[in-house]
Amino acid sequence: MKRALVALLAAAALGPSVAPHDPNRQDLSAIRQPPVWAGGGWRHPLGTDSLGRDVLSRLLWGARVALVVAVASAVISALAGVPVALAAGYWRGRLDTLLMRLVDVWMSIPAVLLAIALMAVLGLGLWKVVLAIVVVDWTRFARVIRGEVLALREREFVEAARAIGLGPFRVMVEELLPNLVPLIVVLASLEMAIAVGVEALLSFVGLGVQASVPSWGAMIAEGRGYLMVSWWGMGFPMLALVVAVVGFNLLGEGLRERLDPRLRTTA
Amino acid sequence: MSAPVLEVRGLTVRYGGRLATWEVGLSLGAGEILGLVGESGAGKSTVGRAVVRLLADGGRVDAGAIRFQGRDLLALSEPAMRRMRGADIALIPQDPLSALNPVFRVGLQATDALRLHRGLSRRAAVVEMVRLFGRMGLPDPADILRRFPHELSGGMRQRVLIAMAFSCGPSLVIADEPTTALDVTTQAQILRLLDDLQAERPVATLFVTHDLGVVAHLADAVAVMYAGCVVEVAPTAALFATPAHPYTLGLLAQVPRADARAEASPALEALMPTLAAPPRACPFRDRCPKRMAPCDAAMPALRAVAVDHRVACHLYAER
Repeated sequence: MKRALVALLAAAALGPSVAPHDPNRQDLSAIRQPPVWAGGGWRHPLGTDSLGRDVLSRLLWGARVALVVAVASAVISALAGVPVALAAGYWRGRLDTLLMRLVDVWMSIPAVLLAIALMAVLGLGLWKVVLAIVVVDWTRFARVIRGEVLALREREFVEAARAIGLGPFRVMVEELLPNLVPLIVVLASLEMAIAVGVEALLSFVGLGVQASVPSWGAMIAEGRGYLMVSWWGMGFPMLALVVAVVGFNLLGEGLRERLDPRLRTTA
Repeated sequence: MSAPVLEVRGLTVRYGGRLATWEVGLSLGAGEILGLVGESGAGKSTVGRAVVRLLADGGRVDAGAIRFQGRDLLALSEPAMRRMRGADIALIPQDPLSALNPVFRVGLQATDALRLHRGLSRRAAVVEMVRLFGRMGLPDPADILRRFPHELSGGMRQRVLIAMAFSCGPSLVIADEPTTALDVTTQAQILRLLDDLQAERPVATLFVTHDLGVVAHLADAVAVMYAGCVVEVAPTAALFATPAHPYTLGLLAQVPRADARAEASPALEALMPTLAAPPRACPFRDRCPKRMAPCDAAMPALRAVAVDHRVACHLYAER
């Protein structure tokens, strides 16, 4: 799985430059060609879809879309959630209550429904997908990291820093934040798994990126109608999606084990 | 004696519905060490925290005044107070094991105060810290600055924290049980270090501890606290020679001695009460072997029984 994830990252980075074809070029004389081992030709190693577009090329371009959405959503969600978590957890009191009740209410709205509604309002586009995912998911960062801040602020080094004369912002940024980095990294990689899934979902229902941008979700939607005649139109993007989601989840788990001393078995 | 460095008057601190201290008064002259003793929950740490205005969550000063070098600390703005912390008033924290941030090298955090308050560059601060570490008896100071806190022993970490506390030349040091978390040998070394530092340059120190042995060794004067109230204040020699308050007598009887068989003192069998409201009777009466009628009627005020020796006990009311 580790190799699969690395391959995926490589595909996203290099994909467009190594893709054999323009992902949007239609060739109506060669529609639904099977993959090379199922009788197709080397011209289209993973076959073509119902419009004669090269599946491999679309998969490689789609990897870039998936990765950009994943990384951007994770980073921006962290940027939104961490300050809220620090403020709420450090100052406690009314601010904490207010922010956390807001987060509670926010999280009680069904995530997928909210994302779909947002996309319906915003219109199509890659950065709009990112925005929708951030709006839906920043609360996870706020909630989880606040819990950690609550534990950290009781540690004596925080009091020692204050006793030296550091103000609240410096305590948060210089003392607390560095201790939160492992947790943020783990949350971000789990968030990437979610973001890849949500992007595919939005594109599947036609509310994701524009039709001109190859996306795994859109490929699955397009291939669905021909599943019985040409399974590869839907099968390969699904496989890629599973690899990405499982890969990012495993990455998050692995990082957690590596970074969390409580879960570390060897010294 | 010149004007005191620290003067605390009528300090009452409240945590929610609980009074952590009640009308505590203390006075600390320049270069003097005042030992503040009492059992856990007596409010001694609260006094120290109130002075630096770092009370734990929910803590609030209800009444009283804290004057430091003639300035009212409670009236100071938070930024002004922040400039004072670490520079004029330093705190030696209780647990050296957790008082250093685990993710930074010692050098970076130990020099925080120097850079913040004395405006030293990182390089100059490191040079100064190396000198201070040397004075603290830390071997190979330059190497220690490059290490992470978990790579140092408890005693070394406490020396680092003491170096940090003294780095900006404070006029007042609040030591909150600085030796409690250490083993006995290390305790002795740290106490000797504090002694040496005092001999070099006397700094007014509020030494919070539950260990009477430490106080006897280090302090010029002692204030004994019970249930948030100061019950006896005396010069160290006088307190140990002629303890007046029954609680102090009880405490002294609890100090284990090698030459005597241990026997439970009847005075300290009951538990210390927590104050919910201003005391209307002596808070010690339930544990006091010399309980009398007035003990249930009124909280005794501090009265002088000798020069600089004051006691809050009805036993000494008539005189």
